[in-house]
Amino acid sequence: MTEATECLLRLHDEQHALEDYQSGVPRWCSGCGDNAILTAVQRLCRDEDLRPEKTVFVSGIGCSSRFPHYMRTYGLHGIHGRALPIAEGVRMARPDLAVFVNTGDGDCCSIGAAHWIHAIRYNMNLTVMLHDNQIYGLTKKQASPTSPIGTRSNTTPRGSYLEALQPLQVTLGVQNASFVAQAVDWIPEVLYDILRAAYRHRGFSFVRILQRCPEWLPKMFEPYIQDPQRVRLLHHERGLTISPGLGKIYRNQQEHDPRDLAAARAVADLHDPIPVGILYHNPDVPCYEDLRQSGQPRTPAHIRAGLEAEFDKFTIWPHDASAAAADAG
Amino acid sequence: MNDAATLPLEAPAEARQPIELAEHIVEIISDSGEGAQRCGQALGAIAARTGNGVWTVEIIPAEIRPPARSTAGASGNRIRIGAGPVTNGGGETDLAVAFNEQVLLGRVRAGELKPGCTILLESMWRDDRDPAIAAGYAGVHDQLIAAGYDLREIPMERECRKLVADARRGKNMFALGMLCGIYSLDLELAREQIALAFGKKDKGVVTQNVALLEAGHAWAGQNLDIKYRIPAAPVTEPKIVVNGNTALALGILASGMEVCAMYPITPATSASHYLSDVFEKVGGLVHQAEDEIAACAFALGASYAGKCAVTITSGPGYSLKQEGLGLAVMGEIPLVVVNVQRGGPSTGQPTKVEQGDLLATMFGSHGDAPKVVIAPSTIEECFYSIITARKLAETFGMVVVVLSDASLATSQQPIPRPQFDPAWLAAPADQSRIAAGARPYDWDAETGLSRRFIPGQPGGMHTLTGLAHDRASHVAYDPEINQESIRARSLKLATLAKTLRPPVVHGDAEGDLLVVGWGSTRGAIEEAVDGLRAEGHRVSALHLSFLQPMQPGLKAIMQRFARVITIEANWSDRPGDAMIDADNRRYSALAMLLRARTLIDIDCWSEVKGQAIKPSSIRRVALEKLRAAPGETA
Repeated sequence: MTEATECLLRLHDEQHALEDYQSGVPRWCSGCGDNAILTAVQRLCRDEDLRPEKTVFVSGIGCSSRFPHYMRTYGLHGIHGRALPIAEGVRMARPDLAVFVNTGDGDCCSIGAAHWIHAIRYNMNLTVMLHDNQIYGLTKKQASPTSPIGTRSNTTPRGSYLEALQPLQVTLGVQNASFVAQAVDWIPEVLYDILRAAYRHRGFSFVRILQRCPEWLPKMFEPYIQDPQRVRLLHHERGLTISPGLGKIYRNQQEHDPRDLAAARAVADLHDPIPVGILYHNPDVPCYEDLRQSGQPRTPAHIRAGLEAEFDKFTIWPHDASAAAADAG
Repeated sequence: MNDAATLPLEAPAEARQPIELAEHIVEIISDSGEGAQRCGQALGAIAARTGNGVWTVEIIPAEIRPPARSTAGASGNRIRIGAGPVTNGGGETDLAVAFNEQVLLGRVRAGELKPGCTILLESMWRDDRDPAIAAGYAGVHDQLIAAGYDLREIPMERECRKLVADARRGKNMFALGMLCGIYSLDLELAREQIALAFGKKDKGVVTQNVALLEAGHAWAGQNLDIKYRIPAAPVTEPKIVVNGNTALALGILASGMEVCAMYPITPATSASHYLSDVFEKVGGLVHQAEDEIAACAFALGASYAGKCAVTITSGPGYSLKQEGLGLAVMGEIPLVVVNVQRGGPSTGQPTKVEQGDLLATMFGSHGDAPKVVIAPSTIEECFYSIITARKLAETFGMVVVVLSDASLATSQQPIPRPQFDPAWLAAPADQSRIAAGARPYDWDAETGLSRRFIPGQPGGMHTLTGLAHDRASHVAYDPEINQESIRARSLKLATLAKTLRPPVVHGDAEGDLLVVGWGSTRGAIEEAVDGLRAEGHRVSALHLSFLQPMQPGLKAIMQRFARVITIEANWSDRPGDAMIDADNRRYSALAMLLRARTLIDIDCWSEVKGQAIKPSSIRRVALEKLRAAPGETA
């Protein structure tokens, strides 16, 4: 895509309004954290002036994965656990598109866990939102890998048996992690700031968003919401800045350099208070789509030339054969 | 070069007139890593360049490094050379070159060698320092002589050591020289072939191999009384010598597809190996995904975004891809899937030939998930089927599965060099504005077709979903909408079927017996049928390249024959078995489908021995079937 053409097209485009990204009325429960994420993303699209037809939201299966249906962009509501490899295919085929992924704690951390690990390694330019409500919602309350130990659910009526998996630690433990952040649905300002930073990072931006499930775990985050001291805001000149208004409420703050992987891993160990902010950001990790870019033109003439060169390797030409036949005779 | 230990038996071949043959089957077998594969491939290429019909079959042990000198460890190549075109591997071997007696014994026990055939056996084991080896060699030698084989002991390594230090590495070229001599093949062509095969290495390697080739040629001339000539028809058009997997990969290049996502699996992977080497040169990409599911999802994502993609796999991988294929069906995303079948179920026989995946391919994935299924029956069709598959996938918004198998994958044959056609290539992704009011699934009431909206198209924004959906791609559980959408997706198969022509019967259009097949069995079936027809039997053959939808007119074709039987390399119950009767007999896949479709009492014969079915087996079955009354099982 030539940039000049882009500019010309842009001149004729209207600035987009929030409504340009809205589609239908979300069917999530009232009070569901997904609503806050949707609002933040629609704001982000408007503020970054993303062209709706050039934007794709890919999701798996679960409450969170209904997300694309509520965006007036392109969307692919796929299969359980496979949002990431599908999004990778989209990204590889179409570098001109902005590609987002919405996935839940069951979708990403359980059935899709293998893809998650490898997606981090590929470090393709995707903005990934892990909607982590620590419970299976759509299938009606089963423990998920991120449910805290002891969580009572329909499959763990006497409490879940295992320690919760820690998505931030896992992500930071994989080679090529390039952007790792944590947000919570009840601080929309920071959620927005984090998503914007994630979108602007070229690479695999992984944002874990702790979100409330009012239906199945209504009290899960209540103590953290009631007591702002139990949320720790991360700030840094290379990360987020905290607005004065917000700083008055959330006084538990920590200066954290997102370039420092060891410090990021230490922050990821924190559970109470909940760390909120950008844990890690390394803009220098190469993207798979760049590494795999052949730089070869895709013109019919070039494809033909390549094909003929391959045929040549395997060809028996008539004059060879007749000469050989003559020799043999 | 003459040697006292190997006195000429009679007049050496040099002085003899070659015996003319219509065809011969040669095999070269060794321990894994001794170069018999390379020798066999080179022999096939030289014969093809000479103008002979050629079909080569790889002999592959199941393990990467099986124990040396073991009966299960034979690695090599079998080459059927004919005066005319050769379409399959044929029957048993006429002449074998073996680097040790154990791999040879394995092949004899497997019934792969023709009784009394000529064997050229490396003789060094007779004097091995390990008495067990020496005794083993002598035992097998005597046993084979007693069994009537024309066994010649050849001091290959000893002769090679006159030229190279590591004779174990070089004797494959010595063997090639002997074979060129025996079959009166042009030595200059052989030298060229070595230069081609080893061209990437330094010149010294080529020179050394040529020296070994010449030594083998000279030795055979002076010491062996075997001299054949298989007449060759001069080649009038350029041909390419490739195996089925290479042909598939070339087809991907030629189809204009840009993305191939795969996960390593036998026997499909060699196609991806070759493609990995060449695809980037034309701006393509081979993505080795973290698993089969991801490979399918990645290809699906690329296809959704407007670049029709392909994923290549074999049986177990195909099973894993089902959910992705279901989504592609539901979302009407074009997608090409190649399944190079192997023996199943489960891990089964990774390197062996079987046609066991037909029903899984057609009916795999839960719910009604109509897919197009085509099966190349020749190496040439492996190439063109991919181009066809891409076009069908995009035209109909469907999953198109190309069913190849291990036999096509590893067999080599000269095929006409394809003439490039720009129409093979995919059009660029449509990025035009979608008119107001148009919906992403505006199913045509007659054909089921709808225009696909591709990301980037202004006005086409919608969310594709695997959930039931209406014409606007909105999630819908409405009974009428579900009825309508499933109908539309199914109708596309009928619409495609309307564009197909009835298949062409090989032989007369009516008769006593019609032998029906699909996939790689074509060459063997038609050869057997041609032989029977030459003897006056009223037998014809029918081969189906479209398995879903099927070509029209099948019932009318079959009704003109008194008996119809399918020949397949998958399981079917044998009517003679104690527990098997007309009520419970399980039919071969194609037979079952055809019986359901035509209501004709179609019989079947199949075997799952992991090898390409031989023309002689088909001939025997056909004769039995001809002797039975119509309606009686063979």
